[in-house]
Amino acid sequence: MNQAAKSFWAGVRAEFPLLIGVFPFGLIYGALALGAGLAPLEAQMMSSIVFAGSAQFITAQLVGDAAPGLIIVLTIAVVNLRHMLYSAAVAPYLKHLPRRWKTVLAYLLTDEAYAAVGLHYESNGLTSTGHWFFLGAGLALWTTWQVSCALGIFLGAALPSAWPLDFALPLTFIAMVMPLLKDKPMLAAALSAGAVALLTQGLPFKLGLILAALVGIVTGTYLESRR
Amino acid sequence: MNIWLVMLLGGALTFGMRLSFIYLFGRFEIPVMVKRALRFVPPAVLSAIIAPGLFMPDNTLDLSLSNVHLMAGVVAILVAWRTKNTLLTIIAGMITLLALR
Repeated sequence: MNQAAKSFWAGVRAEFPLLIGVFPFGLIYGALALGAGLAPLEAQMMSSIVFAGSAQFITAQLVGDAAPGLIIVLTIAVVNLRHMLYSAAVAPYLKHLPRRWKTVLAYLLTDEAYAAVGLHYESNGLTSTGHWFFLGAGLALWTTWQVSCALGIFLGAALPSAWPLDFALPLTFIAMVMPLLKDKPMLAAALSAGAVALLTQGLPFKLGLILAALVGIVTGTYLESRR
Repeated sequence: MNIWLVMLLGGALTFGMRLSFIYLFGRFEIPVMVKRALRFVPPAVLSAIIAPGLFMPDNTLDLSLSNVHLMAGVVAILVAWRTKNTLLTIIAGMITLLALR
């Protein structure tokens, strides 16, 4: 096996533990999207057009609430704003690649792909086949996401409602947030955003989510620049 | 707005943000303020989604011990803090929720 193929499969393997969490997530999304009134084709296409689990969840909920389209688009943008951070983090390792590679890898740059790829670049630095690792991790996640969403759409109402599957979303996010809270500004950003989210829960169309995120970002940035 | 238009706009924005710095690298320096603010995006956005799920499971604030979502969330937070393991965190939270219901 040549170096590129080896690197590709190493990426697939590195992604594997994360896929175990992604699969139930996709199932719930599929079922939730149908419940919110999306057609099966719409629900499935959102998984490749938007390809971002948390944003898809929230979009499905907002569609169910009959929120205006502009508010849904704005919410998707704010919820996915964190991908700019990942983009900045991997950019130095992709700078030598042709544009089509950059385009494909950018499309595959999700939370879970970044979790595996960021770690790989941190420990290996820039290598001649690092982009194959990225492609392997990204495609493993993409395939799992499409299949699990399709299964969720197919099973839909057949998923037992006694399973609190929707609780997997906050649990996954807890696992993602906790390792980030290493200093006071990060903790303050998380706590202030959480508190504002609770205070603004009554606002229509999850506008409180956007407000809470902005308050958290401003609070953290302010504390950090004062240090 | 048509759902397809919402998906296309949302998808284009998401792709644009993922491509942003990958595409611009070397062409311009990321302003220090932007770099600093970006670091706080994940904890802020994720916490804004987590908090209502734990504290307001039925859309009203519930700080009591009988709020099983909050109890399961606290267990998950402790497990995530001690183990930094995604799968263990999800399993611990789910088991707590199912056991307490």
